[in-house]
Amino acid sequence: MGLGLKTFPTLAAAGEALAASATARYLGGGTLVVRSANEGDVRFDTYVTASEQALTDITVADGRATIGAGVTMARIVREPALGFLAPVAKAVGGAAIRNMATVGGNLFAPVPYGDFAVALLALDANLDIDGQPVAASTFLAGRDTTHARALVRSVSFALPVDGTFKFAKASRIRPKGVSVVTIAAVVEERAGTISSARIAYGCMADRPIRAPAVEMALVGKARTAEGIAAALAVATEGTTPPTDAIASAWYRSEVLPVHLKRLLLSA
Amino acid sequence: MKKVPVQFTLNGEDKAEFVESGATLLKALREKIGDTSVKAGCQQGTCGSCAVIVDGELRLSCLTLAERCDGAAIETTGGLAHGEVLHPLQRAFNEGFATQCGFCTPGMIMAAKALLDGNPQPSREDVVEAISGNICRCTGYEPIIQAILAAARANSLSAA
Amino acid sequence: MELRKEYFADERKDDLKEIGQPRLRSDALGHVTGTTTFFADRNLPGLLHLKMVRSPHHHARIRAIDLSEAGRHPGVVRILTADDVPHNVYTILTLIQVGPEDETVLATDKVRWKGEAIVAILADSERAAHEAAERVKVDYEVLPAVLSIDEALAPGAPIVNEYHGQNYYRYDSGESRKVRFGDVEAGFAGADHILEQTYGSGPIEHAPTETTGCIVVPEGSGRYTCYTNTQAMFFTLDNTSIILQMDGAKLHMVGGTVGGGFGGKVDVIVEPIAILGAKLTGRPVSFIYSREEEMQISSPRAAEKLVIKDGVMRDGRIVARYVKAYIDAGAYSRHSPYGAQKSAAHFPGPYTVPNVWVDSHCVYTNRTPSSAMRGFGVTIGDFALEVQMDKLARLVGMDPLEFRFVNAYRDGDMKAHRQPTEGAALIECMQEAARASNWPVSEKYLQMSSARREG
Ligand SMILES: Cc1cc2nc3c(=O)[nH]c(=O)nc-3n(C[C@H](O)[C@H](O)[C@H](O)COP(=O)(O)OP(=O)(O)OC[C@H]3O[C@@H](n4cnc5c(N)ncnc54)[C@H](O)[C@@H]3O)c2cc1C
Repeated sequence: MGLGLKTFPTLAAAGEALAASATARYLGGGTLVVRSANEGDVRFDTYVTASEQALTDITVADGRATIGAGVTMARIVREPALGFLAPVAKAVGGAAIRNMATVGGNLFAPVPYGDFAVALLALDANLDIDGQPVAASTFLAGRDTTHARALVRSVSFALPVDGTFKFAKASRIRPKGVSVVTIAAVVEERAGTISSARIAYGCMADRPIRAPAVEMALVGKARTAEGIAAALAVATEGTTPPTDAIASAWYRSEVLPVHLKRLLLSA
Repeated sequence: MKKVPVQFTLNGEDKAEFVESGATLLKALREKIGDTSVKAGCQQGTCGSCAVIVDGELRLSCLTLAERCDGAAIETTGGLAHGEVLHPLQRAFNEGFATQCGFCTPGMIMAAKALLDGNPQPSREDVVEAISGNICRCTGYEPIIQAILAAARANSLSAA
Repeated sequence: MELRKEYFADERKDDLKEIGQPRLRSDALGHVTGTTTFFADRNLPGLLHLKMVRSPHHHARIRAIDLSEAGRHPGVVRILTADDVPHNVYTILTLIQVGPEDETVLATDKVRWKGEAIVAILADSERAAHEAAERVKVDYEVLPAVLSIDEALAPGAPIVNEYHGQNYYRYDSGESRKVRFGDVEAGFAGADHILEQTYGSGPIEHAPTETTGCIVVPEGSGRYTCYTNTQAMFFTLDNTSIILQMDGAKLHMVGGTVGGGFGGKVDVIVEPIAILGAKLTGRPVSFIYSREEEMQISSPRAAEKLVIKDGVMRDGRIVARYVKAYIDAGAYSRHSPYGAQKSAAHFPGPYTVPNVWVDSHCVYTNRTPSSAMRGFGVTIGDFALEVQMDKLARLVGMDPLEFRFVNAYRDGDMKAHRQPTEGAALIECMQEAARASNWPVSEKYLQMSSARREG
């Protein structure tokens, strides 16, 4: 009956309130939760949020970055130490959405959303859940089961070596729109061959996923058209792309290798 | 329904209202304060018709809870003109045929204002990017882009 | 702006004062200051919010509706069902003698498309209306559905709309609107080439930024003021009067300011039920589509299927054009029988073809009812025709623009539906387009005129 907002000083206290009520929802920037309420989702009646400082902190030190879950995409765009992530944050929504959309919310955003989470997956980020580190991949796999009501305080990852992080989002409207496919990659090279590769996809399953077959096929190869050919041949392995208003599953599968190729060969 | 007090400034004027807990800023502005320059086009965040400026940042009032704006400075297109004197953006939209049905106009002007406040001399690309979260179904956008660029030029002339 | 006054110079006095001059829009000042009053820009004490409970199935029989829990829900003031609607089965075009009445305001025993309105909740808040809507229990027997023109016309297809008895509209001319001109078979027999192609389109939503809606205020005088964004004020007034069996003098429709329409706001859907709600509760009622309703419920442009067969001579003259058009009305007529008729009259396009045969069908499927949209009934036909024209030009090895000069209609030509052509400016428009775009066109086409044929 009706809606209400409860703000707690700590994430732990917010967690208790969530645990106590099945009809409470955590509120980040609200771009998805408030939208649901506006659209008549009556499964929840209480917004719960926390004002804890750590939620909005960004620290970059000793080769690691830690970003509070409440940090917005616009903040990331403005953060000089996270310049490599600016294109990712800029790819989320329009100007107003970026001023509201948080990192934490992005981890929970259903397909076709979750562009920032794709980058976090490629960066092999850890999430701080109840003070414990949980790998982004583990979290995403259990997003609607074990971790469905988990509260994320922050995300952290080792800063990638300059020039190794790559990101592309294909959409159907210019300058931007919702994703057809999103790809993030961290590709390291030594002596002309790829020494390690982490590739993550958005919109190729119901949540961001890694592409282990591609990663394996890249290691030891040159980052050239011939070198990556075997990786492209297995680009869609393990994917189950959705069909939605933006694109069909078929279309996503067809264009994924094209975008992957361009991304891998980009400077 | 529980009511909570909220205070903010709207276009420089103090406002204090009791709003329903969990109500959006859109509802508070339109239904409590009566600023209907803020339009409800989708209430999903996709159309930008409800865009307002909160503490200098462009926001979608349909996805922002009113309670979270306590103490904020809010700007809307309804408060942009000084009496009869239009803001340069309003003048440029009017003279440049950047409106047709007019429904997206207030949100579009707010998106443009947020851009020009931070970047008085934007490129065409900056303008396109800044209004990429605002949908116009009538104009095809070109007159809007031109109007925003014209307003930026007018601003720089008056500043010079 | 540039005016090319040399065209048709002898047909007008050159005393234009307004045309060619920039003039500010009369409504733009209100738009840029945010002071233009759209229908929803008013706050009324005691306002009730109307929320529809809609069918989740494409086609189903309604066995029972249980409103007991919803009716008890806090904030709910009234729930409207078909029994409350004085004249529940209607059709918009009854005003121009197009029948039969084939659509329910609120469903009775059957739903024919996914999204069809069944009961209307009136509550103190949108939230209460949403909560109550979840508590309405409808018992459905799901029926097989037809979701395309081909399925609808297949032998043995389930009947979509019993008021018609078959899955197409029966005109006084039979199963289609027909145009017969010359002898197409003779035309094909004498043609150098024949090209037959099938074109198709899906439904298209207008997606105006302002969704469809109205706010109704019961006045002390016994009248109802309805603030609406309809594009069809008098259709709305008259149909509401029929549906509610209420004297038109009691209905005060206020509108004219529309936040984008594009033809999507010509159906009479929100007003009758909102006015009924205001009448039965004595309170102001707001019925505004959510964005999802605007996209899924408001009628789109019809899906179409078009078969075009042309006979063409080596010199580029089209000598026969045969068209079978199928317009997907969705589950109900709304404006589609008229749209299909317009489609028939529009062929063979702005070209003079001596032998023409057109059959244009209005087909019923279990899809969202379609209705008007910019160039209603003709736009998809034009898409198909112009693609066909390009293909024909390629077939005979001609430039596509020159091919159109050869076939363009001119003043005095008899059109297929037997209206003589008047005021055709196609030749001149193409000449100007060729110049403006530097498209090379041979001199003889630049010498042509709509007013007279050469030689
Ligand atoms: C018009 C529009 C365009 C969009 N475009 C994009 C796009 O291009 N790319 C994209 O990726 N996304 C897009 N989104 C989706 C969304 O805005 C982003 O994914 C955003 O990052 C979500 O964050 P939020 O803070 O707004 O989430 P909220 O709406 O606050 O929350 C979303 C979910 O996450 C949960 N949650 C939030 N924070 C936490 C936390 N710290 N711990 C645990 N749970 C939490 C909430 O309970 C909720 O279930 C778009 C949304 C809209 C409305």
